[in-house]
Amino acid sequence: MLTTSVPDPSQKHRRREHGLMLALVSPALLVILALIVLPVGWLAWQSIYHDGFTLENYRRVFTEDVYWRSFALTFEISLAVTGIALLLGYPVAYLANSVPKGWSILILSLVVLPFWTSVLVRAYAWLVLLQRSGVINQLLRNLEWISEPLALVHNTFGTVVATVHILLPFMVLPLYATMQKIPNELMQAGASLGASPSLTFVRVFLPLSLPGVLAGCTMVFVLCLGFYITPELLGGGRTVMVSMLVSRNVELYNQFGAASAVAVVLLLSVLAIFVVVSRFISLDRALGQK
Amino acid sequence: MTRSAAASIVLYAISALVLVYLILPILIIVPISFSSARFLTFPPPSFSLRWYQQYFANPAWMQATRVTLTVAVLTVLIATPCGVAAAYAISQSKLRIMRVIHMALLLPLVVPIIITAVGIFFVYAKVGLVATMPGLVLANVMLGLPYVVISVLAGLQSFDPAQEMVARSLGMNRLRSFFAVTLPQIKSSVVAGGIFAFISAVDETIVALFISGGQYQPLTKRMFTALRDEIDPTIAAISTLMTAASFMLVLLASARQKKGG
Repeated sequence: MLTTSVPDPSQKHRRREHGLMLALVSPALLVILALIVLPVGWLAWQSIYHDGFTLENYRRVFTEDVYWRSFALTFEISLAVTGIALLLGYPVAYLANSVPKGWSILILSLVVLPFWTSVLVRAYAWLVLLQRSGVINQLLRNLEWISEPLALVHNTFGTVVATVHILLPFMVLPLYATMQKIPNELMQAGASLGASPSLTFVRVFLPLSLPGVLAGCTMVFVLCLGFYITPELLGGGRTVMVSMLVSRNVELYNQFGAASAVAVVLLLSVLAIFVVVSRFISLDRALGQK
Repeated sequence: MTRSAAASIVLYAISALVLVYLILPILIIVPISFSSARFLTFPPPSFSLRWYQQYFANPAWMQATRVTLTVAVLTVLIATPCGVAAAYAISQSKLRIMRVIHMALLLPLVVPIIITAVGIFFVYAKVGLVATMPGLVLANVMLGLPYVVISVLAGLQSFDPAQEMVARSLGMNRLRSFFAVTLPQIKSSVVAGGIFAFISAVDETIVALFISGGQYQPLTKRMFTALRDEIDPTIAAISTLMTAASFMLVLLASARQKKGG
């Protein structure tokens, strides 16, 4: 009996199909492997290997003052930016969700508009607005509210103002998407049972919008951790965020090992946040909002 | 009743302020770009086109603009077909590994860009791609891929693969049936993905700061250096042009996406 030697045609077809699909995906995958997986792997390797294995770079990152302060400052700024973005973004998302369709489209387009202007352009705009001879200081002096120009930029304040501006859309969009899914009937039910509008908001609407809050806060916080251009241009050299530590170690001091170790710690922090948050919400959704 | 009225007035007021905060910085650049003054005065003393002349007459700015446009066009030409092929395979294949590959293709959005930039710089330094055109294009292809993949996957979601099967059962080969049946239906999302990749390449700054140099410096790198050293309204003129161009592209992309597909 000769039964097993004949290959199953459907299996052969399936194998060809798999081969084709892998071939189609391979150019993109190759680019990703060569230009992000390999470089990041290289950084990781360089952080622990220099003429033999060493943890010296990590010892420096975790013990030396410069590094500690920069990490602490970066987390503080990111927390502040996230908090402010939530406070500013929630009312806007709430309003966009509660007005008629045409208005909500207008509000959302205004939110997304800055999204498509270069970060450099916006950094320039904030310099124009905030510097000593800038628009805001001139205005305040003309109104005689102040006699000396305020230091609004080249410090942490200016960095936070411009960073919130850049990251606010990442807060508003997930918030709006979540609020859209909250059925209106629930609020009406709350009202019909005698609850005041503020009580239905606190007890019904707010808890149901929390997934959006979490998604928005995660996006803003994580993006802020790696921010580079804004603190570099608006921080005035004193606000040294982690990303600047990385670039200075490369460009000014040629400390490639130290730069790599800082980058690895930053990346691990970001991944850890993603892993923790993805236990609560679907990250595809948070990313897909972009 | 009055309390909820007051609450909604507060809500409107806060939202209006936030929207002003979002829009004002972008609008303020336009009058400044037409200012006649060397230093920042607002409102401008009188209007002029000198900063636009300054930009168009300066060979360094023009060279940088050429580099940016060349990189962006090449990025679109490479990233779009790669991204479409990948998105097609991810949506059609039942292979388990496709999920992992899908995640991998989104990595450029997840890894902080400064880390990517430094990593690419180290790799390029080893293989001699620093300060070259191919190096710049490749990096931007990588950064633009996720936009194409996301956009095309969204387009393919509403596409019924059975249609392609029909075309093939009628005798078309795979490639022809893709171009004749599938592609026309997802065309809009392909174009939108390509436009996003273009904008991403024009705006890209951080990777360029590390890996570009010499005559192959894009506009953003020159702008960054100019902003760090001295502020000159030429930047406002360039910013106005960039913003206008990118808004036009976005409008184009969203108009296409709305048309379906």
